[in-house]
Amino acid sequence: MSDRSFPPGAWMTAFLGIARRETLRFINQRGRFLAALVRPLVWLFIFAAGFRAVLGLSITPPYQTYVLYEVYVTPGLVAMIQLFNGMQSSLSMVYDRETGAMRTLLVSPFPRWFLLASKLIAGVVVSIIQVYTFLVIAWFWDVRPPLSGYATVLPALILSGLMLGAMGLFLSSAIRQLENFAGVMNFVIFPMFFASSALYPLWRMRESSTLLHDICALNPFTHAVELIRFALYGQVNWLSLAVVLGCLAGFFGAAVFMYDPSKGLWARRKGKA
Amino acid sequence: MKHLLILALCLSAAPAMANRVFVTNEKGNDITVLDSATLDVIGTYPAGNRPRGITISPDGSELYVCASDDDLVRVFDPETMEETHTLPSGPDPELFVLHPSGNPLYIANEDDNLVTVVDVKTHQVLAEIPVGVEPEGMGVSPDGKVVINTSETTNMAHFIDSDSFEIFANVLVDSRPRFAEYNHDGSKLYVSSEIGGTVSVIDPATQQITHKIGFDIPGVLPEAIQPVGVRVTSDGKKVFVALGPANRVAVIDGETDEVRDYLLVGQRVWQMAFTPDEKFLFTTNGNSNDVSAIDVDAERVVKSIPVGQQPWGVVVAPN
Repeated sequence: MSDRSFPPGAWMTAFLGIARRETLRFINQRGRFLAALVRPLVWLFIFAAGFRAVLGLSITPPYQTYVLYEVYVTPGLVAMIQLFNGMQSSLSMVYDRETGAMRTLLVSPFPRWFLLASKLIAGVVVSIIQVYTFLVIAWFWDVRPPLSGYATVLPALILSGLMLGAMGLFLSSAIRQLENFAGVMNFVIFPMFFASSALYPLWRMRESSTLLHDICALNPFTHAVELIRFALYGQVNWLSLAVVLGCLAGFFGAAVFMYDPSKGLWARRKGKA
Repeated sequence: MKHLLILALCLSAAPAMANRVFVTNEKGNDITVLDSATLDVIGTYPAGNRPRGITISPDGSELYVCASDDDLVRVFDPETMEETHTLPSGPDPELFVLHPSGNPLYIANEDDNLVTVVDVKTHQVLAEIPVGVEPEGMGVSPDGKVVINTSETTNMAHFIDSDSFEIFANVLVDSRPRFAEYNHDGSKLYVSSEIGGTVSVIDPATQQITHKIGFDIPGVLPEAIQPVGVRVTSDGKKVFVALGPANRVAVIDGETDEVRDYLLVGQRVWQMAFTPDEKFLFTTNGNSNDVSAIDVDAERVVKSIPVGQQPWGVVVAPN
């Protein structure tokens, strides 16, 4: 069936349907919103207190002067919210597959890329609401980027949210059962988060190991963090922007491919089952 | 209406006033010049050996620099940064203050327990005033009648009559007083004590300490809080105190003398200077080799600019 045969309203209905489902899931799980907020706040209030660097961190771009650790770590925690949110929606995909809701979605006549993109966008909107709530709380904790930064960070949040969400989608296509998700936590989220510039400037990594520094510099999550960090101060980190866009295209392309029943793991799995 | 239009045009077209900021680099033996509007470095110029105290004449025509290891004051043309002449200063000049009229210059000689008074026009020494041990801080009342010297080892602020060159009062303050600064109406004198960790607020009329400002920064060891430079806004409402290795500048309410905030700057902050419009306050951070620019209204550090080695003193050219 050709894509063009749907009236524009139908596309919208399909998108809104998916978005509504995500939103309902989000609203009905208040605990999830709280958990998504508590996680970065614990990092900000407790972890950052331990690393406070009371005499100031040395200046790294985009900062123009000395900052305290909590100021440095905030963009990293923003990216962490989006990373966990991306994983959360990938978790829900696995869950959907187990409960059979996935089939309902996949028998829809709309192209697969559209269905996946709708889900992705809905997830990003949820993550951005979480991020702004976190930034407001951080403001009272004396993490105060320029006011204009709250606007300029939005495009960066959309891109990094899409990239991390697409990564979640891609991973979810490879996970068969909910139980395997713990493996994703251990093998994806934690290494990605710790081997990045979210918690420490990369020059510190270089002091201990150049290899580790290079790994961190290649980590797409590092670039999501830096894109957000620069945008929060009204600047563009072009390298990070390019990496995030590239990874977004790569992960999303791979997810669309993997969710194709005739290709990817989907087909292989059927054979196994 | 027409006038209003012209006024609006003038207001909108008025560029941010750019003044030159001069920073002495104690170890680099040079002066870094910055632009106060763009906060960029304009140039670096040689300044003799161990330049520390720096000030500029009220008309902006002469820049005075204490070249401590040359035992003299070097005078520069601020436009060209060429040295025009030198002034006698006595041994090891560290800090000085210019009379509000632009003459004479009162110089603290750290090694000789003297304050040397020099006429900047005739280049003659007018007087040598014996003071306490290790004199450093120099302040002058807005009316120019009283000169203050602080001696770091005697722990006193000496009140000197600027006509007779005689000390007429001594005030004992906390350990190692480094700097003395009047507010603009001359009703308060602030003297910082580096080791004592306090700023004494003195009533110049009675020469009595009326209040002592203490500092407490969570997470910073009390012994790292070492007050040095003090600057007061012209309305007297804000007092800024540089806290040395605490890497902070304290913002104090000039009316209640209560600390309101601490601003994070570079390492070992000592001296400070306002732009004439008091939009920015520049601080010299000796150990991180940079100068931090503080937005005075917003009470926020906007930028830290790398300068030469061990920046010590700073002055901003008048309009």
